Amino acid sequence: MEGFVALYIFMLAGFTGYEVISKVPVILHTPMMSGSNFIHGIVLVGAMVALGQAEGFWQLLIGFVAVFLAAGNAVGGYVVTERMLEMFKSSKESK
Amino acid sequence: MSGSIFIDIAYFGAAVLFILGLKRMGSPVTARSGIVWAGVGMVIATLVTFFHAQIEGNYFLMILAIVSSGVIAWTSGKKVAMTDMPQMIALYNGMGGGAAAAIAAIELMKDVEHTGVAQALAVTGAIIGSIAFSGSLIAYAKLQGIMKKVYRFPMQQLVNLVLFAIIIVLAISLAVSDHPNGLALFLMFALALIFGILMTVPIGGADMPVIISLYNAFTGLAVGFEGFVLGNPAMMIAGIVVGSAGTLLTQLMAKAMNRPLTNVLFSGFGSGDDGVATEGPTGSMKSIDATDAAIQMAYAEKVIIIPGYGMAVAQAQHKIWELTELLEEKGVTVSFAIHPVAGRMPGHMNVLLAEAGVPYDKIYDLDEINNDFVNADVALVIGANDVVNPAAREDKSSPIYGMPILNADKAKNVIVIKRGQGAGFSGIENHLFFRDNTRMLYGDGQSVAGELIASVKTL
Repeated sequence: MEGFVALYIFMLAGFTGYEVISKVPVILHTPMMSGSNFIHGIVLVGAMVALGQAEGFWQLLIGFVAVFLAAGNAVGGYVVTERMLEMFKSSKESK
Repeated sequence: MSGSIFIDIAYFGAAVLFILGLKRMGSPVTARSGIVWAGVGMVIATLVTFFHAQIEGNYFLMILAIVSSGVIAWTSGKKVAMTDMPQMIALYNGMGGGAAAAIAAIELMKDVEHTGVAQALAVTGAIIGSIAFSGSLIAYAKLQGIMKKVYRFPMQQLVNLVLFAIIIVLAISLAVSDHPNGLALFLMFALALIFGILMTVPIGGADMPVIISLYNAFTGLAVGFEGFVLGNPAMMIAGIVVGSAGTLLTQLMAKAMNRPLTNVLFSGFGSGDDGVATEGPTGSMKSIDATDAAIQMAYAEKVIIIPGYGMAVAQAQHKIWELTELLEEKGVTVSFAIHPVAGRMPGHMNVLLAEAGVPYDKIYDLDEINNDFVNADVALVIGANDVVNPAAREDKSSPIYGMPILNADKAKNVIVIKRGQGAGFSGIENHLFFRDNTRMLYGDGQSVAGELIASVKTL
């Protein structure tokens, strides 16, 4: 990928992240942190590609660890965020 | 890129879903759908990656890793108590950082030549990811209670500085060479991991949320950088969005505690051994038993409850809500006052109270309720400490001076439910406990709340 296109992507993504979180009420900070923690679980796709090309024992081992860790990030991140937000629903309905 | 237009479209769609999902998580009304949107994006991105042109094999290992880790993470995530959420976030975050660092390791070990920019970003992501990995694991260990002590040694900051300089030198040498030296590569990872540990061990419990949020941003950046190395726009966008959102969130949290981030990282507040000699509060602590406390509350007009981490530890939120309902039947107005950093994370108390079924309209932020304490007959403090310490308002020599606090001391009566006589996370004596209008109700939060309920029922 061309360097400058990447720079534009980084710049726009940076502003997007800043905007998305800037007006969030304090009560949602923890779920928000948890949710963004889930989103960087996308590292899983990179880990899969890295393992898919790995050759030799060390690369295979590190690739396996990468996919293992990344999948834990994605799955665990989803479960805890979902559980936390579940509560916001129940409290609203009981209102 | 990926070698297939369908995969590129899927990645693009996933990136859009992530941003929309994160946006929806920012409002209580749409928050639940937000995580589902992001989840759909993740599933799509993961599934199409199996057909990625650059994957040459190892499908068995890949599926084995995803399934085994997925099952473990799923069950641990489902089982963990609400109070332990912060350390789970730290743990999963550390895993993400580790994954990014591992990707970097493979990319740097391969015999493929990267462009200069890619090489530099791979190395940078490797360092940031490694720090996020080991640092998050330490944060997890601390919050989980596996590591209780705060470790310090002389000239720690000098050691950190030297270590960091060595890492930078190694990183530059790796970034400019076509075929990275294996030993230098290994050293850089090892030192970055050690640096993450050293950076986290001196930080006390009270500051952990800020540090976890910071590592969350780190992992995001590392993922974004490795995304560039792999030519994967979905990783680039998602990673950098989280990196910048996480940085802002970290700043918001540090601001809520009224201390700059540099203080959190370098001053070692919250450990109890700053050795700041403040004038001890005057007066003595006076205790009260549950029956008397119950009478005071039952015949009050207005009660404000201030929960803190102690309530979370004691799992007392359900009992407290039961007590609230009983008091309301007796015509008492009960509201909850939540300090921005009560608990171990902003919003932590709100989540716990929501779990217990406390409706939103009874829960107030610091700004909303602080002027109301003068009208309150009873302020019930359960498991909160530093966030109600009037020293922050009055004692200029106190390390927490200037931090916004809940003015519980302004209420006519203050009842403090506390396990023992020790100081809070910060190790600072709480002047509130020595006030004339304050009574201490010693005991475990949950059992004390149970006694209060029983006493109110008999009235």
